[in-house]
Amino acid sequence: MSAPVPPRLADDLDLCGPVLRRETLLAAALVLLLGVIALRFPAFVTASSLGGVFNDSAILIIMALGQAAVLLTRSVDLSVAANVALTGMAVALIDAHHGLPLGLTILAAPALGLLLGAFNGLLVWRLGMPPIVVTLGTLTIYRGLAFVLSGGTWINSFQFSPAFLALPRTELLGVPVLSWIAVAVVAAAAIVLGRTAAGRGWFAVGGNPTAAAYAGIDPGRARFLAFCFSGLLSGLCGYLWVARYAVAYVDLASGFELDVIAACVIGGVSIAGGIGSVAGAVLGSLFLGTIKNALPVVNVSPFAQMAISGTIIIAAVALNTRAERRRGRIILRPAGPQTAE
Amino acid sequence: MSGALQIDHPSDAEPAALPPRLELRGIAKHFPGVRALDGVDLVLRPGRVTALIGENGAGKSTLVKILTGIHRPDAGEIRVGGKPVSFAAPQDAQAAGITAIHQETVLFDDLTVAENIYLGHAPKTRLGFVDWSAMRARATALLYGLDAPIRPWTRLRDLSIAQRHLVAIARALSIDSEIVIMDEPTAALSHKEVDDLARVIERLKGQGKAILFISHKFEELYRIADDYTVFRDGRSVGAGRMDAATHDDLVRLMVGRSVDQVFPKVPATLGEAVLAVSGLCHPTEFDGVSFTLRCGEILGLYGLVGAGRSELCQALFGATVPSGGTIAVEGRKVAIRSPADAVRAGIVYVPEERGRHGAVLAMPVFENVTLACLGNVWRHGFIRSGEEFRLARHYAERLDLRAASLAQPVGTLSGGNQQKVVIGKWLAAGPKVVILDEPTKGIDIGSKAAVHAFMSELAGQGLAVLMVSSELPEILGMADRVMVMREGRMAGLFEREGLTAETLVAAATGNTQTRSDRP
Repeated sequence: MSAPVPPRLADDLDLCGPVLRRETLLAAALVLLLGVIALRFPAFVTASSLGGVFNDSAILIIMALGQAAVLLTRSVDLSVAANVALTGMAVALIDAHHGLPLGLTILAAPALGLLLGAFNGLLVWRLGMPPIVVTLGTLTIYRGLAFVLSGGTWINSFQFSPAFLALPRTELLGVPVLSWIAVAVVAAAAIVLGRTAAGRGWFAVGGNPTAAAYAGIDPGRARFLAFCFSGLLSGLCGYLWVARYAVAYVDLASGFELDVIAACVIGGVSIAGGIGSVAGAVLGSLFLGTIKNALPVVNVSPFAQMAISGTIIIAAVALNTRAERRRGRIILRPAGPQTAE
Repeated sequence: MSGALQIDHPSDAEPAALPPRLELRGIAKHFPGVRALDGVDLVLRPGRVTALIGENGAGKSTLVKILTGIHRPDAGEIRVGGKPVSFAAPQDAQAAGITAIHQETVLFDDLTVAENIYLGHAPKTRLGFVDWSAMRARATALLYGLDAPIRPWTRLRDLSIAQRHLVAIARALSIDSEIVIMDEPTAALSHKEVDDLARVIERLKGQGKAILFISHKFEELYRIADDYTVFRDGRSVGAGRMDAATHDDLVRLMVGRSVDQVFPKVPATLGEAVLAVSGLCHPTEFDGVSFTLRCGEILGLYGLVGAGRSELCQALFGATVPSGGTIAVEGRKVAIRSPADAVRAGIVYVPEERGRHGAVLAMPVFENVTLACLGNVWRHGFIRSGEEFRLARHYAERLDLRAASLAQPVGTLSGGNQQKVVIGKWLAAGPKVVILDEPTKGIDIGSKAAVHAFMSELAGQGLAVLMVSSELPEILGMADRVMVMREGRMAGLFEREGLTAETLVAAATGNTQTRSDRP
């Protein structure tokens, strides 16, 4: 009984068929990128060099997963890099001056990060403030607190306990612990996003807040939980960052929040919420990490590097927007031949 | 269908009057699945107010949109001052001298009154800049002419709704509109403000404007309008002079169809009371609502737009918090402060716009189905996808869902199937009370029958159904009892037996002549 469907639209349906289409495309783009680099610098694509790229991207991957959770709920967390600086400074001070057992010191980082994330989340949930404004404010507060804690001084490598610095570099089965932590976080994020009510709530709230609310999912609470998740992972990265680079200072990771958001966007996590995946965020981080590692090798000036990174982000967003527009169009037709009623 | 009724033709109804300012003949408009207008006629004459009367969904709003150039008619003729016209865009309608004043005025909160009046046609100086002093002077003169104590430099934000209507009217006058459409202008006005509006309309009549006045309130219609046209189901079914028509005549024209559609109503065996609402109040929307809903019962909730029905449902579902009264489910008082509380208590709400408010379009079918009942597919806090798929498949089969795969995003399904997913979601939540808000609004006849059959099935399984509907045949055909609301209060609770459309409309519009509620 429904109106005849123009056959032309069938092609669009085929293009949009696989659910993981975007991720597949991104993986192909990553392989292509590596191929192009390999043409000029074969050494870049050896196993050990690629392992190095992954290790370099580990912190970005972890934080992109946290950010992805927030973006899914139609929010954004601009305070993640400031969170890294504050938690990093806090654990550095603990290690340098108070000598708690290493396990406790390391646990303090995600715990403090969780608190900072929860503070963001509470402001968004209870006061109904726009996330971008909340985290723009807390970004400054958290960095300010890092200054207050440290008095503006640096904590340098000789002040840390050796074990504190050694952990991320320790190799297990030939792979540094930093990389293992990233792998573990990826697995945990896959479970949280795919298998828990909280993760399901993030997708629902971002996809259709009204429908989610009608289904008994409180959008504010879902956002709060996403900010907690993001804060927890940022806090973990606070320790990882300080230990890896063996230094803590107020401007640590300055501007890194934009890299994190860029990785998500490249990975197909929609700024408008409701769309995204763990695989996408990981691939987006690896893509950005690869470019940042490869461009210096190819002898591109730092300024051109920034311009190239920016161009890639715009291109990724343009592609995603196009894909979403296509998705919008197929809503107009019945799905599949059997739906003709 | 309506052969029993005397139908006057507009042209016969107005002897020895001035030539029509606006004349519509055989206007038709179809939307996918809906015939909004099916050959309507309408005549507006200078210096007279014509009331456009009809139930919700009779086609009034569509007609207004056609007259203001928002929609284009599929068939029919529009004549302005005797000359045929066609509007490709709203500006064309404005150029032809037609202005509409809407229920919610479409003005700009942060601009001044004068700017709102002259936006788009501000007086200019010789250099092409806006001539502010001329604008101010003219706006002052216009508002003075309307007897409106509003200063032209006030920001619109600071005005009351009634004052905004006056600004909208001033705007209409500023573009020299000969035809003014007022779409339920009194819906949000107090008595005093309605009096003021009536005076302004009298003044406009004196200036020879032709006015189309849309309202549900008969009292006002008799006071303000000179002529009437009644729409029913997208047709004009009667027209004439207001002073020659009684309230009963008009109600009969509004509803005068044979309720002979076949409704798959299964005689229900009513069980225990499931939902008991007592003295439920809201500061602004409704007051003193009490009723009970029993197992297997379909309670119809009828009323005009703005009678407080949707607001009542939202309170039952926790989307708004009532200021007083109690809600009890299966004899136990429940505090419903959020939709989550309602779902837990066994009350689910299927919203009117199921596409927009019901489904998460980017999510796969199975995740949508289990959204409200994740607790049933959990083990130790983790969702079991096997269980989830089984549940989704069960409801997909039960509702005859047509989808290529359960992992398909809901956005890729047809509208009807999206609705099935939403209904499946609510069934999966295992509710005791289902609130259906306008369950068949905007869907075609075939799908309507399916929805009605489904509703009977729900009731047959012992669920209690609260059905909000503006469609009288649906209410009369499906409901075991009907509750009517008017202006936020209960205007009657009627048993199914012997209930007529006239009784319901009379209760909803506040006419006591034909009212027959039982205590």
